[in-house]
Amino acid sequence: MIQDPKIGRTVIAKRVALELKDGDIVNLGIGIPTLVANYIPKGVTVFFQSENGILGMGPAPEPGYEHPNLTNAGGSPVTFLPGAVAFDSATSFGLIRGGHVDITVLGGLQVDEEGHLANWMIPGKLIPGMGGAMDLVTGAKKVIVAMTHVEKGGVPKIVKKCTLPLTSVRRVNLIVTDLAVIEVTEKGLLLKEIAPETTLDEVLKYTAASLIVPEKVPTMPVTL
Amino acid sequence: MKNKVVSVEQAIEMIPDGAVLMIGGFLGDGTPELLVDGLIKAGKRNLTVIANDTAFPDKGIGKLIVNKLVKKVIVSHIGTNPETQKQMIEGTLEVELVPQGTLAERVRAGGFGLGGILTPTGVGTVVENGKQKITINGKEFLVETALRADFALIKAKKADFLGNLVFNYTARNFNPLMAFAANVTIVEVEELVPVGGIDPNEVHVPHAVVDYIVRGNAK
Repeated sequence: MIQDPKIGRTVIAKRVALELKDGDIVNLGIGIPTLVANYIPKGVTVFFQSENGILGMGPAPEPGYEHPNLTNAGGSPVTFLPGAVAFDSATSFGLIRGGHVDITVLGGLQVDEEGHLANWMIPGKLIPGMGGAMDLVTGAKKVIVAMTHVEKGGVPKIVKKCTLPLTSVRRVNLIVTDLAVIEVTEKGLLLKEIAPETTLDEVLKYTAASLIVPEKVPTMPVTL
Repeated sequence: MKNKVVSVEQAIEMIPDGAVLMIGGFLGDGTPELLVDGLIKAGKRNLTVIANDTAFPDKGIGKLIVNKLVKKVIVSHIGTNPETQKQMIEGTLEVELVPQGTLAERVRAGGFGLGGILTPTGVGTVVENGKQKITINGKEFLVETALRADFALIKAKKADFLGNLVFNYTARNFNPLMAFAANVTIVEVEELVPVGGIDPNEVHVPHAVVDYIVRGNAK
């Protein structure tokens, strides 16, 4: 498996980026999902939606060109791309809950065999609040979880049943980690790809849920 | 015609201890900072604050938390303000967490004369605890009740003297929704222009819901 966590995160972001299609409306969460914007394939144009009220969000501005009223959902300065729109929070979540966002990419604490995601609190430890995550997972057309395969210390995050509070009962569609790409299907979790420098045994060792393993599992089509 | 323009002090004087406030802004972007500072200077106590988040300790609503003016918040996110979590754990601050889209709709419903809204968000999670569920066309929805406040403290880029409002980029967020949902709406504006100075097509919030205007610091 990939030893350098920074390379691991990059592999996740590069692989998720391959899921984006020309014209998609995409909402990226904070953390690893934010990195996806750096690896959009050539010839693909997507529109980034931010829940604080933007469609058509661009990258961070050059130093000195920040506008105090042009920020992303993490509060950091961003820019508008040509054709961008600003709107209020009800409209923003109308896009999200109404099924007008094609893909949402979120981080995860746990995903289980049924494709349920837990990513907003650890009781007694971490209670930041759900922000827009529950609406995004409930309403987006496709939900991709982009996360490290295990916690620090090697504890699996893909489990039989989530022990942490769920974000939504809507099943996620795809899980992309630094070890594997896993699709949530009616029959269970299907192993689609294995990361570079990673063996099937390692994937199975660090996954606490049952995986459907086809005879041949290709390597993720990303470069390190 | 009533003159809606007041000073920060006059605006703050209207707000009693224990008031329920809606305050606009997303992590401080679009929060009326002069009004927030006015609340702190006047030492208001036991406030209930309905807002998207508690921002940062030195910004926006975060400053109200740090100065211990607030007994309860209804918000979607507190992760950027460690002081909120500290007071919550100590038991001095009550925190009601609401999914962001649900919060926006509960505020909108309160301002638009509705009793609440039906949303799929939160079904099957801890958010549904204690709430009524309704099935429509085979799909489950939560009944989420409308929110209203005694005062809405909001921030706009521009107003005319009647109170027609224009917001700036991502500073819009909850502000236009909250303008409708309070008994008294006070707006802090960067720019005040004569009546007729804003194209009717460009008004984001009609003056009918604005009670008082405070001139803010132009950026």
